[in-house]
Amino acid sequence: MVTMSELHKYGRTKLIMPGTAACPGCPLQIGLRQLIMALEGKLTLVIPAGCSSVIPGAAPYTSFTVPVMHVPFASSPSVASGLVRALRARGVDGHVVVWAGDGATADIGFAALSGAAYRNEDIIYILADNEAYMNTGIQASGTTPKKAWTTTSPRGKAEDKKDVALIMLMHKVPYVATASIAYPIDFIDKVRRAASIRGFKFIHLHAPCPPGWKFPDDYTVKVARLAVETGMWILWEYYQGKLTISPPSAPYRDKQRRKPIEEYIRIQGRFAQLSKDDVREIEAMVDQEWGVLMRLANIFNIS
Amino acid sequence: MINQQNMINRGVRRIMVGDHAVAEAVKMARVNVVSAYPITPQTLIVERLSEIIDRGELKADFIRVESEFAALASVYGASAAGARAFTATSSHGLFYMYEMLWWAAASRLPLVMAVVTRALGPPWNIHDEHTDLLAIRDSGWIIGMASSVQEAFDMTLTAFRISEDERVLLPVAVGLDGFVLSHTTEPIYIPYQEDVDAWLPPRNPKVPYVIEPGGEPVTLGNLPKSDLYHELHKAYMDESMGEAKRVITEAYNEYSKLTGRDYEPLIECYRCSDAKYLAVTMGAWSGDAEIAIDELRNEGYQVGLIRIRYIRPFPDDELLERINGVKGVIVFDRDYSMGFGGILAGELMGLVPSNVSFKGVVAGLAGVDVSPSEFQTIIRDFINNTEINGAMRVRRWWYIPNTNGGD
Repeated sequence: MVTMSELHKYGRTKLIMPGTAACPGCPLQIGLRQLIMALEGKLTLVIPAGCSSVIPGAAPYTSFTVPVMHVPFASSPSVASGLVRALRARGVDGHVVVWAGDGATADIGFAALSGAAYRNEDIIYILADNEAYMNTGIQASGTTPKKAWTTTSPRGKAEDKKDVALIMLMHKVPYVATASIAYPIDFIDKVRRAASIRGFKFIHLHAPCPPGWKFPDDYTVKVARLAVETGMWILWEYYQGKLTISPPSAPYRDKQRRKPIEEYIRIQGRFAQLSKDDVREIEAMVDQEWGVLMRLANIFNIS
Repeated sequence: MINQQNMINRGVRRIMVGDHAVAEAVKMARVNVVSAYPITPQTLIVERLSEIIDRGELKADFIRVESEFAALASVYGASAAGARAFTATSSHGLFYMYEMLWWAAASRLPLVMAVVTRALGPPWNIHDEHTDLLAIRDSGWIIGMASSVQEAFDMTLTAFRISEDERVLLPVAVGLDGFVLSHTTEPIYIPYQEDVDAWLPPRNPKVPYVIEPGGEPVTLGNLPKSDLYHELHKAYMDESMGEAKRVITEAYNEYSKLTGRDYEPLIECYRCSDAKYLAVTMGAWSGDAEIAIDELRNEGYQVGLIRIRYIRPFPDDELLERINGVKGVIVFDRDYSMGFGGILAGELMGLVPSNVSFKGVVAGLAGVDVSPSEFQTIIRDFINNTEINGAMRVRRWWYIPNTNGGD
C-alpha cells in the first residue's frame, strides 16, 4: 500500500508540467498525476480523441513528462496492442497505458477494447469517466447516468449507464477495478497491483467534471467523494480470481451507513430537473447495483 | 564478396499464387509484427503468414485483431515502437481502415500494406477492380500496383526499403488484382535470403522516432500551437513524396542486382518509343493490353502501352516525357469516381495537350473480363476516329460488353 509520506515525496515533482489547457478543477489532470506517480514515470500513454488530447497543450510542446501517442478516437486499444507487442519483441519493458474517456471506451472504441481484452494484451487500460462527451461540449455517452442532462439529452437521458467494468470482467482478463480521483491511495494501489500482472488490466476511474456536471470548480474532489459515500459509485477490485469491495466503499455495503443520494445529486446542475420520484428511482438502481456486486463478490471468492 | 551472377544463381524458382508471393516477401523482409483481418481475396496472405510464423520460419508476432481498423491501428502502434510491420486488406476492409490510413501516413512511420483489389458493394462482389486502392490516393500513402505475381513479390519487398528510407518515411501500399493475381499461380524467382538481408537490413527503431516507456517524452499528434505547423507538416509530406520518386528508382536499381531483373521504376513502356498513339493501363490486365498492342502493330498501327506502376507519387514528369509528341492517348480505368469518370483518366488528362486526342475508358469493373481483342477494338476505333475526325476529348466512356460495343 502506498503511504502518505510517499505521496508527499511527489508533492513538488512536476509529473505534469504547469500551463496545461485543462479547465479549472479538471479531474483528468488529478487522475493523470496519480497514474504517473503510481508508475513512477515508467510508462507510455496512448490517448484517443477527447479532453486529454487538448490538456497537454499545443505542439511542438507538451506538459506531459512521458512519451505519448495521441491517436484516432476508436483506435487506442489497437495502437497500444501493436506498441506493446513491438516493445516486448525488442526487449523493452515498462508499461503501455491507454488513458481514454467514456466515449472512446464505452462507445466508439468498444470493439477495439473488447478485442484487446480478449487477446489479453499486456496493457493497462484506464477509463477516465467524466460521464459524457465533454471535449465536444457535453453530449450523452454510453456511461452518462440515467436522467442526467446533456446537450443531447435535454430532458435527461432515458438509458441507464453501461457498466463497463463488469463487461470487462466477463472478458476473463486478470485484473479489473473501479477507482475514483478522490481516493488516490486506493487508485495508486490499484494501478500498482495492475502493473504487477502481465496481461490486460482495466481500471474504471470516476472523474467528476465541473463544467459538464455543472458544479463549482473547487468541488471536483467533494463530488467524487460524495459519489462513493452515497454508494452511487462503488469501488471494487477483481484480482487473483477474487472480487472484493475496496476499503473506501466497504462501509457502504450497509445501506444505513450511506449518505442520502440527494447529497450527491442536488450538488450537480445536470440533475437539477430531477423530481423526488426520480431520486427514489435512482436510489432503487443503486441498491440493485450493490446487490449485483455483493453477489459477484460471493461468486468470485476463490482464495 | 559474392558477384552479381552468383547472387542471381543463389535464388530459386518457385510456383505460387499472388497472395502467397506477398506472404513470402513479408517473410524475407523479416517483418516483426503482422496484423490482419480476413477478407476475400486477401485472406490467403494472412493464412500463409500465420502458417509461416507458426512454423517458426519468421520470428514475428501475429496479432489476430477484430477488424481492419484494428489491424492498421495495431501495426501502426508497432511501427511507433520501432518494429517492421505489415498488414493486408481488400475493398471494404480498406474502407473500414480509412481514418487510420491518414493518421498513419501523417505520423511519418514506415509501414507496408498489401491491397488485394476488389469491388465495393452493394451488391456484394468479391471480384477485381481498382476503385478501392485508388480511393486512398490522397492520404499520403505511396501506392504501387503490380501486374504479375513476380511483381507483387518484388513490389512488396522493395516497399520496406522505400518506406523506411529517411528521405521518405511514408507508408507504402502494394496493390495486386484480386483473383487475377491473388489466386493465380505463376512461376516466380525468389532471391537468396542472405542477399536480401544485406540489401534490406533490420529497421533502425529510432528512425524517425520511437515511443517507449522511460524513453524521451516524445509526443505525437497533440494540437499544434499554430495551424501553420499543420500546413507545413503536410507540405513536408508532399515534398517527401517527391523524394520518393528518386528513392523508388534507387531501390529498384539495387534490387535488380539481386535478381537480374530490371523495372522502369514508376511507369513502364511497352513498344512506345516510336508510338504515335499511347494506351495507358495499370495492374494485371496490362498483359492483355500488351497482346492487343502487338496485334495492332501487326495491323500497322503505331501504338504503344504505358503501364503505371506507382500512382503515388504521381509520375507526372515520366508520363509527360512519353506523351510529348503523340497524336492520341487512351486511358483504361478499372475504377470510377462517380460523377467524374475513370480516376486515371482524370489524373492524366491534365498532362495531355488540348490538340492531342484523348479518351478515358471505364471498363472491367467487378472483375468483368476485358479480352485482348476487346482492347484491340477499342484502341483501333479510337485511333481511326482520331485520324478521320481529328482530336477528340472524351473524359469518360463506359465500355459495357454486350449492350454497348462501340461509340
